[in-house]
Amino acid sequence: MSNMIKVGMADMKICSSPDSLTTLGLGSCIGACLYDPVAKIAGMVHFMLPDSTRIMSNQNLAKFGDTGIKELIRLMEEAGAKKNRMVAKIAGGAKMFAVSSVNLPSLNVGSNNIESAKKALKDFGIKLIAEDVGLNYGRTIEFYAEDGRLIVKAVGKELKTI
Amino acid sequence: MSEFDLNQMNDLQFDVLKEIGNIGAGNATTALSQMMNMKIDMGVPNVALVPLSEIAGIIGSEEMIIVGILLGMQDDIEGTIMFLLNEKSANTIVKQLMGQEEKSLQEFGEMEMSALCEIGNIITGAYLSALSSLTNMTISATVPAATIDMAGAILSVPAIEYSKIGDKVLFIETQLGEDNLLDGYIVMVPEVESYAKILTSLGIEV
Repeated sequence: MSNMIKVGMADMKICSSPDSLTTLGLGSCIGACLYDPVAKIAGMVHFMLPDSTRIMSNQNLAKFGDTGIKELIRLMEEAGAKKNRMVAKIAGGAKMFAVSSVNLPSLNVGSNNIESAKKALKDFGIKLIAEDVGLNYGRTIEFYAEDGRLIVKAVGKELKTI
Repeated sequence: MSEFDLNQMNDLQFDVLKEIGNIGAGNATTALSQMMNMKIDMGVPNVALVPLSEIAGIIGSEEMIIVGILLGMQDDIEGTIMFLLNEKSANTIVKQLMGQEEKSLQEFGEMEMSALCEIGNIITGAYLSALSSLTNMTISATVPAATIDMAGAILSVPAIEYSKIGDKVLFIETQLGEDNLLDGYIVMVPEVESYAKILTSLGIEV
């Protein structure tokens, strides 16, 4: 029996084959997924903001792109994964309400989150092999430790495997 | 004022915020009811401080497909106010206003969305005008934006704003109607400083 483990907002989890990870209704947040294909260990962080250094309340590592990805790597290594074997897939970073008149900085956080994920992965030397990011709709993702496939579901769209 | 601490709120402060939800939503319900020419019930307002990870749970599940109409609040109070509807309710409104047959949300086009935006505009306007006269503050709303998506994705918008200051979101939520025909929510999420302003304007110490 394989389990599907739920990752909430500002949360991170890891699992090994045959289990999988899922996060539901990603909006502007990013689901960053790391995978070690040899150890068959998968990790997912659902982060909300790009940069922990700009925020006072930054104890929750999973809330930010920079600290979230760093901590996820640490957790996976602790479980037996190797950083130099890891590959990454990311999803999310949408702009949920496409209106310029609503003057909320958080409406544009999606694109900053995408940049943050890419920068963190580059800094840690992890190759980004697939992405489904941006645009204006929410996504539900499922990440399988079995083979590292990432399934992306969105309202009114075909199911996508990346 | 920035020292207002969400985790230290007392019963009196919660009660006052609930009353705001009551008065605001009362006005909004009346406006909606007149426009729709139907009787609409209103639930007891809920003021809650919920962890970020549970925010979608306030109206259902993360993956529930809803219509979200969002407006920004400006001037003396800042934040967002949203009107959220399930598929059936969105159809009830569109049918009543435009006289057309039921469709699935995915078939909604520009006309339907624009009708829903207008409804969102009117009822949040009624909500905010009640709040404005109660607190004697100037509160205006931006042009509405509407989308159809998963509840989790829509509610992540105010959640992200709150995630900058903590791990919980404080919101005032009221259910409008709850029968089969119409079931909607008004969720007001002022920024933290704005809560302090609201409470101070009503003579409550923060």
